[in-house]
Amino acid sequence: MSTPEAGLLVALVGNPNTGKSTLFNALTGLRQRVGNYPGVTVARKSGTCDLGDGQKVELVDLPGLYSLAAASPDEQVVIDALSGNIAGDRRPDAVVLVVDSTNLLRNLFLASQVAELGRPVVIVLNQADVAKEQGLRIDIDLLSRRLGGVPVVLSSAWKGEGILDVRRAIASAVAKQTPMKRVVWPTNIAAALTDVATAAATDTGKQVSEADAQRLLFDTNPSTADRLGWTVTQRDKTLRSARDRVRNSGYNPMAAEPLVHYAHLRTVLEGVVTEGAGKAGRSAAVDRLLLHRFLGPVLFLGIMLGFFGSVFWLAKFPMAWIQSGVDWTKTVVAPPLDAYPMLQSLLADGIIGGVGAFLVFLPQILILFLFIGILEDSGYMARAAFIMDRLFSWCGLNGKSFVPLLSGFACAIPSLLSTRTIEDPKARLATAFVVPFMSCSARFPVYALMCAAFIGPLYGPGWESVVMVGMHCVGLLFAVPTAFVLTRLVLKVKPQPFVLELPRYQMPKPRDVLWRMWQNAAEFVSKAGTVIFAITIIVWALSYFPRDASVAERIKAANPAAAEEVVKAKVQAAYVEQSYMGRFGKAVQPIFDPLGFDWKITVGVLASFPAREVIVSTLGVTYSVGEGAKADSQHLRQAMQNAKWSEGPRAGTPIFSLAAVLALMVFFALCSQCGPTIATLAQETGGWKWAAGSFVYMTALAWIVATLVYQVVIRLS
Amino acid sequence: MTPLSQLLPGQFGKLASLNPERGVDQRLMALGLLPGMVLKLIRKAPLGDPLAIEFAGQVVSLRLAEAENLIVDVSADCPIQRPRQP
Repeated sequence: MSTPEAGLLVALVGNPNTGKSTLFNALTGLRQRVGNYPGVTVARKSGTCDLGDGQKVELVDLPGLYSLAAASPDEQVVIDALSGNIAGDRRPDAVVLVVDSTNLLRNLFLASQVAELGRPVVIVLNQADVAKEQGLRIDIDLLSRRLGGVPVVLSSAWKGEGILDVRRAIASAVAKQTPMKRVVWPTNIAAALTDVATAAATDTGKQVSEADAQRLLFDTNPSTADRLGWTVTQRDKTLRSARDRVRNSGYNPMAAEPLVHYAHLRTVLEGVVTEGAGKAGRSAAVDRLLLHRFLGPVLFLGIMLGFFGSVFWLAKFPMAWIQSGVDWTKTVVAPPLDAYPMLQSLLADGIIGGVGAFLVFLPQILILFLFIGILEDSGYMARAAFIMDRLFSWCGLNGKSFVPLLSGFACAIPSLLSTRTIEDPKARLATAFVVPFMSCSARFPVYALMCAAFIGPLYGPGWESVVMVGMHCVGLLFAVPTAFVLTRLVLKVKPQPFVLELPRYQMPKPRDVLWRMWQNAAEFVSKAGTVIFAITIIVWALSYFPRDASVAERIKAANPAAAEEVVKAKVQAAYVEQSYMGRFGKAVQPIFDPLGFDWKITVGVLASFPAREVIVSTLGVTYSVGEGAKADSQHLRQAMQNAKWSEGPRAGTPIFSLAAVLALMVFFALCSQCGPTIATLAQETGGWKWAAGSFVYMTALAWIVATLVYQVVIRLS
Repeated sequence: MTPLSQLLPGQFGKLASLNPERGVDQRLMALGLLPGMVLKLIRKAPLGDPLAIEFAGQVVSLRLAEAENLIVDVSADCPIQRPRQP
C-alpha cells in the first residue's frame, strides 16, 4: 500500500474526540483511500496531503486512542503502524499528534508515549477556538521549547483555521527530523528497561527498541512479546525480576508508566496554560437535562424513535423510486429480447433483479449512517451508551450495543457496520451475532401478507396488529439469551472494562458526516453487493433450469379455453415446479413437514435464503397468480386461502391453517435468510467462521421454534 | 476512605488508591486518574449504573462494579474550586 508519487508517510495520531478525522479531511481534501489492515478488522484510511509548498506526503489516519498500552485491536494497530511492524506499510517519517487544546495534560500523555518511539513529531493543538472561548491562553512557543523544539501549532479544523500552519509544520518536521523531548525514567526503571531489552534481544536474536522494552515491562498484554517471538518460559524470569526492581524503587510496575509520564508532563506544562475569563462549557448544563434521572430516558426514547422512525419514513420514498426504476428497466430491456427467453429472463430476473435487490437497501444504509454520524459527532452517542449500559451489561453486551441493535429493526447491514463503534471485541462480536435477530424491514412484507390474508380475516384487525407487534419481538426474545450464552460460555475472551469518555457536545460538521456516510455506502456496495449479486444469479439459474419447451405446450394443450394471462401464470408455475429448485423443494419438503409447509412454501423458503422478502413473489409464481405479486395482492391472498393439502394425512384441510401461518412467520422471524447479512458478518468478524455459525444457528433455531409453534397450535385448535 | 462506588452524586474527593493490576484502573490511570487527583461523582445513570465522574477537566463513565477498587478520601482538603467543566 504505497503511493509511488509520495515518498513520505506521515501518521495522524490522537485521542478520540479531538477532531482528528475533521483535521484529516481538511488536510487531504477527501482525496482518500480506505483499506484494511492485514488480519484485523481495522480500517486503514489514508490520503494525499499537500504540505503547502507543492511537496506531497501520504497521510494515514490511525484509530483514536488514549494510550499505547495495547488493549484492543485498534490500539495494537497504532503501535504496529508507528513502529513500522505492519506488513506492506513503512514506518512513518513523521507523526502528527492531534491534541484537544482544552485538556492538554491528558492528551499529551499519548504524545509523551509516542515520543518514546523516537519519530519526529508535530503537535497540533486542535479545537483552539473552544479553548479560547473558555478563556484558556496557551503559550505555544514555550510548549515547543519544553518539548525539545518540535513544531507546535494551533488549529480549529472544524472552522478550517490553522490548516496551512499544520501543513507547514509537517514540512518542517519532515525536513528537520526533530524528535520530541522524552521523559527521564528514574534510574531503577531505566535499568529494568535495559535488562528487558537486553534479555529479549539475546533470546530472540531480534532488534528490541526502547519502546518495545516499555511495552514488555509495563503491559500485561503479551502482543509485543508474541511479535518478537519471546516465549513465556524465556521472558517469565526476566520480566519478574525487572518488575521487582521497579517495585523496589517505590513504583507499582503497572502504574509506573502513567506516574512517570504525568509527573513529567506537569513540569512541561508549568506556566504554558493561563486561565483567563471565559465562558464555561455548556456541556454540563446540557447533561443535567439529557442525563436527568427521569427526563433523560424519556428524551432518549424520543430521540431514538424520532431518528429511527424517520429512517423508515425517509427511506420509503427512495426505495419506492429504486423499485420502480428497476421495474421500468425490466420493461424496457425485456421486450426486444422476446425471441431469446433465456437471455431475457437472465437479464430481467437475474441481473437487473440482483442489482435491484441490493440497491434497494442503499437508502436505508445512507440515512442510517447519516444519523449515526450525527449522534457520534455531536457527543450524544456516548450519552446513549451511558443511559443504556445497565440494560445490556448483564448479558455481556454494553451500552454501545444499543444503536446497532435498534438500527437492526431497519436493516441488519448498516447495523453490522455500526458495531465498529464498540471497542470491546467480545461485546462487538456478540452484538454483531445477535443483530440479524432484529426484525428488519424485509421481514415486514412477509408478516404483512400473512396477517392480511389470514389473521385479519379470521380474527379481526385487532389481532392483526397484536401478531404484527409480537412478530417484531420474537427475534429480541431469542437475541438476549443468545448474547448471554455467547459471552458467558462460548467466547473465552476477557471482558473489557467499560470506561467511556463523555465528550464535550459539539455541532457535527456536515462534510464529515456526509463523507463517512458515503464511504460506508461505497464499502457496502463493493463488498456485500458482489456477494448478493452472485447469490441472486445462482438462485435465478436454479429456478429457471431445466426449461423444456414441452412443459409449456402440455399446459397450453390442457387449458385450450383459458385466457392468455391464466395460461401464462400456469406455465410459469409448471416451470418452477420442474426446475432444479422445485425438484429440490419437493425432495426436502419432508424436512419442513413438521412445520406444516407444503412443497410450494418449501420452494419459497429455499428461494428466499438470499433475501427473505423474495418469498412473496415466489409464492406468487408457485400459486400461479403470475409474477410481480405484492404483499397486498388480492389474487395471491385468495389463492393461498383456497390452497388445500392434496394428499397425505392432512388431505382436504387448508394448507395455511393458523398453526402453519404462525409457524411460517416465526420461521421468517428467526431464520438467517439474507445473503448480504452473511457477507457483511463475515467481513466484520474477519472470517467466514462466525458467518457460517450464525447461518447454521439461526436456521436451526428457526426450524425448531417454528416446529414447536406448529405442533402446539395444531393440537390446541 | 470510601470506595468510589459509594460516593453520592455531587460529592468530591481525592483519589487515595487504586489497583494498578486491573484493566479498568490502568485505563483510568492513562486518562490521568492517579492517586492524589481530585475527582467528583457527577451522577449515576438513570438505572443506577454506570457512574459519571469528573477529573482533570474530563467526564468519564465507568461501571459501579469497576469503581469498587477506587478508594476516595472524601475528608481530604480538596481545593474549593471545582475541577474545570469541559
